[in-house]
Parts: sequence; C-alpha cells; structure tokens
Amino acid sequence: MAKVLVVTSGKGGVGKTTSTAALGAALAQSGQSVVVVDFDVGLRNLDLVMGAERRVVFDLINVVQGVAKLSQALIRDKRVETLWLLPASQTRDKDALTEEGVARVIAELRKKFDWVICDSPAGIERGATLAMRFADAAVIVTNPEVSSVRDSDRMIGLLDSKTERAEKGQRVEKHILITRYDAARAARGEMLSIEDVLEILSTPLLGIIPESEEVLRASNLGSPITLANSTSAAARAYMAAARRLKGEDVPMTIPHDKKGLLDKLFGRRAA
Amino acid sequence: MSVFRLFRRPSSAPVARERLQILLAYERGVRGQSDLLTILREEILAVIEKHVPIERDNVQIKMDRGDAVSLLEIDVEIPNSAGLLVSA
Repeated sequence: MAKVLVVTSGKGGVGKTTSTAALGAALAQSGQSVVVVDFDVGLRNLDLVMGAERRVVFDLINVVQGVAKLSQALIRDKRVETLWLLPASQTRDKDALTEEGVARVIAELRKKFDWVICDSPAGIERGATLAMRFADAAVIVTNPEVSSVRDSDRMIGLLDSKTERAEKGQRVEKHILITRYDAARAARGEMLSIEDVLEILSTPLLGIIPESEEVLRASNLGSPITLANSTSAAARAYMAAARRLKGEDVPMTIPHDKKGLLDKLFGRRAA
Repeated sequence: MSVFRLFRRPSSAPVARERLQILLAYERGVRGQSDLLTILREEILAVIEKHVPIERDNVQIKMDRGDAVSLLEIDVEIPNSAGLLVSA
C-alpha cells in the first residue's frame, strides 16, 4: 500500500529538500521503493541535492500536461536502485500545475512505489498547497526558532483543512522533524528546546536532526546525507526517522558527531 | 555593561516560547473562525438567550486544537441580575 508523504514547513531554508532527499534515500536503502517529487516549480533544487541535475530531460509539468509519459520523466538514482526522482520544471511557473493533473500523476505514482515523497516549496501558495493536497502523511520540518515554529503551526492548520483527506473528514498523519538542533545551545537556554516546540505545536515528533557540517558537505557533493556519510550524526538521525515512518518503534535520541577535546570540554550533550 | 553581560546573559528561549504561545493562541483563534464556529456560536447563544438575557459583547468563543481532540471553549458572561437559578 503506497503512502504519499509531503515534506513541508511554510518557512524557507529550514531543510525541506535536504530532508526529502535524506528520508527518501534512507527508506530506499532499507529496501522500499521510493520516488521523491519536486513541487518547487521554477526553483527546483531536489535534482541538485540528489546529484541528478544533469540527467533531467522531462519534468513534473511535462507529465501533468501530458507532454511526456511518467516513465520518461522519472530518473533512477545511480547509487540506490529503488530510489527515483521526479524533478520540477525550472522554466515554468507554479500556475502550470493543475489539481487534476497532479491528482493523476500522484495516482499513477501510488501504483509504482511504496513511498511518494513530495518536496513542498516554501510559502502557502499553489505549489505548496498542491504538494500537500493528496498526502496521507506529512513531515513538518521545523527549526527551533520562532519564525519557523510559527510557520509550522500555520502549515498544520492547512494540513487539517485544505488536504483531500481533511475534506473527506479523514486525518493526515502529521510528524514534526526538528532540524538544525543544537543540544548545547538548547541546554543553555539559547534555543527553544524539543519539549517547547512539541508543546507549542502539539504534534508528535518524528526525529531530531542535529546541526551538522556534514549536511552541507553532502549537498555540495550532490548526495543525500544518508548516502554521503551514513555514519554521521545527521544521517543516523534521518535513518532513525525513516524507520519511525515505517512504523518501527525507535527510541528517540539526538545522535552527535565525534568531538574534539575542546568540544568535549565545553560542549554539552542531551539525552 | 558588556562585561556584565558576559557573565550573566539571561536565556532567551523562555522569551521565545512565551511570545510564540501568545501569538499562536491568537492566530489559531482567527483561523478557527470558520463557518462551523460561526454557526455553533449563533445557535448556542440563541439557546442561552431563550432563558437568560446576555450581552453579545460579553461572549468569548475559541477553538483550541489538540493532537487527538480539539477544545471548543465558550465563555458567556451572565449578569447576576439575570435570575439564572429561576430560569434553569
């Protein structure tokens, strides 16, 4: 039974695309068939983060408009054979997406894959609303920071009212993914804690991704972090989150990278 | 001043938390003013008004969204002179 998952946040720059790539790759590495779909029409980036930017021929808009077949637009990952990408168009704008067209493409993807992961653009306009429209579940990517938490709250409201499931009176399963978390700063009271964010948003936690230099390195290389450096703290956190998405009961921890002496002296660890 | 701040800078996370809680309580209230809430408000007030006189301005209605359930909260101010015990 295929599951359609939207990765959303409202606010830009919090890590939607990084998280889409990492969760998609982690699920595919565990043997599931996965397609990651870029809904950021006009500002596509998932292809770049996945390292497939030079292999894009047809895109989501071409398929939505019937110009290309789905099989022509799908790009298979070179590292994990059960991982696929459906890129966004770079030249068109978001108005080229129609609800009927997106519905048709999502229905077709549901037949082919275990997971359809939709990478939402920032904002609450057409691209973002269509990315969540047919979702069964949502990952709301949140930084422990006021504007990100506020925007996440807004997205939770939209998921509960504007999705197809909500309109049918069904629930969209929602998860908070906290990214760029700095346990030491949270312990010093300089950053909202996990408990603060969860209490404010009253939504269950999928995972905590620690702030990590490895994330930038992975995107520089064009590889999801779980493939670029599978032992890094961020990769381990994404892999645990992916297992929770599959329904496994994985204890919630905040993985940390190996630290130097100075970090050990001054840094602090949280549970 | 800066030397003092070096030694003791108050943590900012509790401020962030409080500001967010206040802001989001308001924003959820505005967002919750859907048609359903308007209908509920009118019908509930009509029932109350059948028995006690109330001032429409002294009525507060809000929806608190929780994980599993949401809470519809209605605060109606009833003047002591309304003779509530008799009407009930």
